[in-house]
Amino acid sequence: MPTLDRDEVARVAALARIDLSDAELDRLADELQVIVASVEKVSEVATPDVPATSHPLPLVNTMREDVPEAPLPVADVLAGAPEAEDGKFAVPQILGEDA
Amino acid sequence: MSAELTRRSAAELAALLASGETSSVELTQAHLERIAEVDGEVAAFLHVDAEGALAQAAEADRRRAAGEDVRELTGVPIAVKDVVVTRGLPTTAGSKILEGWVPPYDATLVERIKAAGLPILGKTNMDEFAMGSSTEFSAFGPTRNPWDLTRIPGGSGGGSAAAVAAFEAPLAIGTDTGGSIRQPGAVTGTVGVKPTYGGISRYGLIAMASSLDQAGPVTRTVLDSALLHELVGGHDPRDATSLPEELPALAQAAREGAAGDLSGVRIGVITELDGDGYQEGVRARFHESVELLRGAGAEIVEVSCPSFDYALAAYYLIMPAEASSNLAKFDGMRFGLRVEPSEGPVTAERVMAATRGAGFGDEVKRRIILGTYALSAGYYDAYYGSAQKVRTLIQRDFAAAFDKADVLVSPTAPTTAFPLGSKLDDPLAMYLNDVATIPANLAGVPGISVPNGLAEDGLPTGFQVLAPARADDRVYRVGAALEALLEASWGGRLLDRAPDLEESK
Repeated sequence: MPTLDRDEVARVAALARIDLSDAELDRLADELQVIVASVEKVSEVATPDVPATSHPLPLVNTMREDVPEAPLPVADVLAGAPEAEDGKFAVPQILGEDA
Repeated sequence: MSAELTRRSAAELAALLASGETSSVELTQAHLERIAEVDGEVAAFLHVDAEGALAQAAEADRRRAAGEDVRELTGVPIAVKDVVVTRGLPTTAGSKILEGWVPPYDATLVERIKAAGLPILGKTNMDEFAMGSSTEFSAFGPTRNPWDLTRIPGGSGGGSAAAVAAFEAPLAIGTDTGGSIRQPGAVTGTVGVKPTYGGISRYGLIAMASSLDQAGPVTRTVLDSALLHELVGGHDPRDATSLPEELPALAQAAREGAAGDLSGVRIGVITELDGDGYQEGVRARFHESVELLRGAGAEIVEVSCPSFDYALAAYYLIMPAEASSNLAKFDGMRFGLRVEPSEGPVTAERVMAATRGAGFGDEVKRRIILGTYALSAGYYDAYYGSAQKVRTLIQRDFAAAFDKADVLVSPTAPTTAFPLGSKLDDPLAMYLNDVATIPANLAGVPGISVPNGLAEDGLPTGFQVLAPARADDRVYRVGAALEALLEASWGGRLLDRAPDLEESK
């Protein structure tokens, strides 16, 4: 199994979109290595003949009636947003400078 | 009178309301006064809504007086864990990233509480996004255990359990992803139930792990949990994983159980959840309780569930994987905190990373990174795929065990409440608190924790009863039987022996 070293923690944190300080990276790398070493034991019993289970009590094709429902009032929803403008969420530029 | 009212069970309070001996306003006022007296020390609540609760209480009194359709619990106040959204009441899930957010809608279970006329006293403290076993990972400070204010109240629902244990509320709502209702119940001497997965709607719960999360009741008696479970449970078309079937008769099962006759009931003691790693006093109380159940006519059998030894490992892959996906919505765009990067271009991606870096606490960061890693290309099969296979093995163990026994039992938590701060620097040690509760979440089966005594350190222990999926009535029947047998032997309730908080001021 691969190890979760400091560089790997930094790479995964970037994928997860979480800025970490150097001190956080050091500490998380130490802690996560211990945790990963412990959870790796799942591979001892997860043999090819065992099917995977994703959901405790499988339900299929849960449908509702195809009728419109009232949406939440726009003003109520925008009241909780960090920034709103003209009845919409106001967000920073989506694309990077080089785009 | 008001001090006396706060010590009554919800069912007793409901009877006083029905007979007109008290009013919902009086009950709600009594609990608000108790909160004002003790919550400075206990810190069970993140937000108290005195005005809203009293208005709801007045409306409940009006409904009763007018002879309108009322439920047994109409007018009995309740506290709600802060991971459940409440229209008009701040909802943070214990996180700085949601500080000050006021949801524009109610969770289905909150709609049902409001429709039935239970005044909502406030929102209870919890580990951030329900990630923790001690409530110490709340961004707003820990809750303290009413039995010993230097110790943890369990987690993640330590606020709900402590509120009930400290007589600040007769009823509370919790959520249980790996034990967050049952383990706090065990360490605070209260009752907590994780229903069958899908038995209570998840609509309006701020999700951690969608295939594991389940809301449930937190109370001081087994009957109270059954009454609350019946009130908030049942099918919800807004939750696609909500079970379509009617709930079994839960309060009836609790009342039958309290009669104390378990003739013909087969109780399986799970070998793997009784031994190394369990505190001596926890094991001693557990085996005494098993003997009490035997004395009530139950047949006791040993069952082995060998895959349970892998449950914790599977859980700490599946839960972080699902959490890393669910928490992607906290991007600083639509609700909660937004932080701009201190330098460089202000793009959405960089704002998202800066917001999450500043807004999430240590445990949330650990789990999101672990989950992202477990799901990332190249590792998926080894980690997440293997964990899902362990889930199958655990379900098979349960199926085999339930062939031999009607219910399975174990200690709820391996130890009593530990001192605040003692496990904060050791994530794995913290995770071990849920070793006995996690298998039920992985399999979707219901479980209850019933207070079953004090260990050698004078702190409460919990007894867990697990039943097959959709047979929640069995945990209430056996749980209520044990509660009645224990209270007969003690001559009162366990919480009667908790220290008086006002004296310790």
